Amino acid sequence: MMVMRSLAAALPAAPVRDNSILRRRRHELFVAGVVLVVLALLPLATHDVYFQNLIILTILFAGLAQAWNILGGYCGQISLGHALYFGIGGYVSTLLFVRAGVPPTFGMVAGGMVGALAALLVGWPCFRLSGHYYAIATVVVGEIGYLLFLNWDFVGGASGVYVPFTGHSLINLQFRVSKLPWHYVALGFAAIAWLTAFLVEGSRWSYSWRAIKDDVIAARSLGVRVFPSKMAAAGISGFLTAMGGAIYAQYVGYIDPDSVMAGSLSILIALPAVLGGVGTLWGPLIGSAVLIPLSELSRSYLGGSGSGVDLMLYGALITGVALARPQGLVSLIGVKRRSGGGDAPAA
Amino acid sequence: MPPLLEIDRVSKAFDGVQANVEVSFAVHEGEILGLIGPNGAGKTSLFNSISGEVTPDAGEIRFEGQPISGLGPVACARLGIARTFQVVRSFDSMTVLENVMVGAFARASSARAAMTAAEQVLAFTGLGARVDTAAYLLTPPEKRRLEIARALATNPRLLLLDEMLTGLTPAEAQAGVQLIREIRAQGVTIIMVEHVMEVLLPLVERAVVLNLGRVLTEGRPQEIVRDPAVIKAYLGDRYAAA
Ligand SMILES: Nc1ncnc2c1ncn2[C@@H]1O[C@H](COP(=O)(O)OP(=O)(O)OP(=O)(O)O)[C@@H](O)[C@H]1O
Ligand SMILES: [Mg+2]
Repeated sequence: MMVMRSLAAALPAAPVRDNSILRRRRHELFVAGVVLVVLALLPLATHDVYFQNLIILTILFAGLAQAWNILGGYCGQISLGHALYFGIGGYVSTLLFVRAGVPPTFGMVAGGMVGALAALLVGWPCFRLSGHYYAIATVVVGEIGYLLFLNWDFVGGASGVYVPFTGHSLINLQFRVSKLPWHYVALGFAAIAWLTAFLVEGSRWSYSWRAIKDDVIAARSLGVRVFPSKMAAAGISGFLTAMGGAIYAQYVGYIDPDSVMAGSLSILIALPAVLGGVGTLWGPLIGSAVLIPLSELSRSYLGGSGSGVDLMLYGALITGVALARPQGLVSLIGVKRRSGGGDAPAA
Repeated sequence: MPPLLEIDRVSKAFDGVQANVEVSFAVHEGEILGLIGPNGAGKTSLFNSISGEVTPDAGEIRFEGQPISGLGPVACARLGIARTFQVVRSFDSMTVLENVMVGAFARASSARAAMTAAEQVLAFTGLGARVDTAAYLLTPPEKRRLEIARALATNPRLLLLDEMLTGLTPAEAQAGVQLIREIRAQGVTIIMVEHVMEVLLPLVERAVVLNLGRVLTEGRPQEIVRDPAVIKAYLGDRYAAA
C-alpha cells in the first residue's frame, strides 16, 4: 500500500491519460456499431429463404466461434470438444420446453448455466494438462458426451427430440412464417458474444492469459493466478456456447446427438476463429463468413454432409491460411492481432 | 518488531549441486541490503526461494514473522514480495503500459484502477514517455526499468533486484542508483544482487557475501571489500575462470 499512497501524494491525482489501449477500445466499439447496423440491415438484401438461412447460420456460428475464441484464442486453451456444451444447451432448453413447458428464452439461460458448469467440470482436471494434451483430452470428453446422449433414453437417445410448434410466440422462440425473427435472434446472440469478448479483453483475465502465454514465470511472480483465470475462460465460453446450442435447437426444431454433439461440430465451432484469427475480436466473424457459406455450398452442390468434401475444403483452406497468413484472415484488413502496441511497427 | 525478512538455515540443491547451504541472515524494514558473491555463489537461487519460485530443501524463510517457504510465487507476490529477473523477462506481445498493468492487477479492483496505478508507476520510474511502446522495442536499460515498474505495481514491501545495473553504461547505472534510492524513500525494502562494486558500495548499508552457497561474511560494505576471505573468493573465482 505504501508505494501507491505516497506516489499518489507525490503526483497530481491525474485521471488516466489517453493511451493506445483506450484508443483501440474506442475504435473497436465504433467498428462494432457499424458492423451491427450493416448486419441488421442485411435481410433487406435478399428474400431468398436459402440465403436467409445461410446468413442466419453464419451469424450464429460467428457467435459460437467467438464463444470458443474466449477459451481457445484469448486464453489459449485449444478445446476440440465444444460440441458438448453446444449440445447440452440444446438439450437442456429443448427438454425444459417439451417436458416442463419452460419457454426457451429462459431455457437458453438455464442451458447456458449447465453448459458453463460442464465446462468447469471438464476444465478442473484438464487444465492440469498442458498444451496438446489438453486438446486431446477435450476431444475424448466430447466423444464421451456424444456416446452418453446417444444411449440415454430419457433424452431421446439416437432418435432425438422434436420441438413441437405451439404457436407464434417470441418468448418461446417460435415464429410462424418468415425467417426474419431468427435473423435478429442470431444477431442478438452474436452481439452478446462479441460484447462479452470485448469486456473480457479489457479485463484482468485477458491480461493474465496474455501474461501467462508470454512468460509464465514472470506472470506468477506478479501474482497472476493461472488456474482460476483458465476456469473463468472455460465458464464464460461454456455458457455462451450452450446458449448458441439452445438457439440452434429451437431454430432447427429437432435435435439428436448427431446434429448437436458430433465431433465434426466441435471442429466447425473452432475453425472460424482459427481461420479468421485467434484471440482477435473480429476473427470469428470473418472466419465464419468464409467457412459457413462454404460448408453449406459444398453440402448442396457436392453432396450431403458426411461425404467429407466439406472437411477436405476446410483442411485446404486452413492449411493455405496457416502458410500465407499465420495470424488469420483478420490480418488482411489491417486489424492488429490482439492488442499490439500503438508504436509497434506492423510486423 | 521482527525483521521484515528472516532467512533461517536455508539449503537448496539442484541435481546434487548445492546452490544454498544453511544460509541465514535477516533483512530489516527500510534498508537496502547488498547480496554479493562470485558467479554461481547461489544469489539467484536464494532469490528464487524468497520469491517462492522454488521451495528450499531445508530451513525456513519468514516474511513479517510468517513462514513463507513453499507457498509459491503467486502467494509471495500477494504478500508483498516482488522481484526482477537476472535475465530480463518482459511480456513481449504487450505494450509497456500493459506489462505494468499485469502487476497492478495484483492490487487493483478494476481495469481502470490498474491502468491508473500503472501510469503512476511508469511516471515514477521514468518510462512515462514510453507508455504505448511495444515492450520488445525498449532498449536494455529501459527493459530493466520496465521490470522494476512491473514489480512496483504490485505494491511490494520487499523488492528483490537481481543484477539490474549489470551491463549498463556508467551514466545509466547512476540513473538506476537514483531510482533505487527513490524506491527506498517510498518505504520499500530492497535486496540487491550486484557485481559492480563501485555502484553497490555507496548505495547499501550492509552486504551479505555468499560463496559456494554459504554465507561467507556480512557487514558494512567498506569492511567487506577489504576482508581477505572475500578477496580470495572473488580472485579464486577469477583465476578459475581464466
Ligand atoms: N534450476 C536450476 N537447476 C540446476 N542447477 C541450478 C538451478 N539454479 C541454480 N543452479 C545451480 O546452482 C548454483 C548457484 O546458481 P545461482 O544462479 O544461484 O548463482 P548466482 O550467485 O546467481 O550466480 P551468477 O552471479 O552467475 O548469477 C550454480 O551451480 C547453478 O548451476
Ligand atoms: Mg544470478
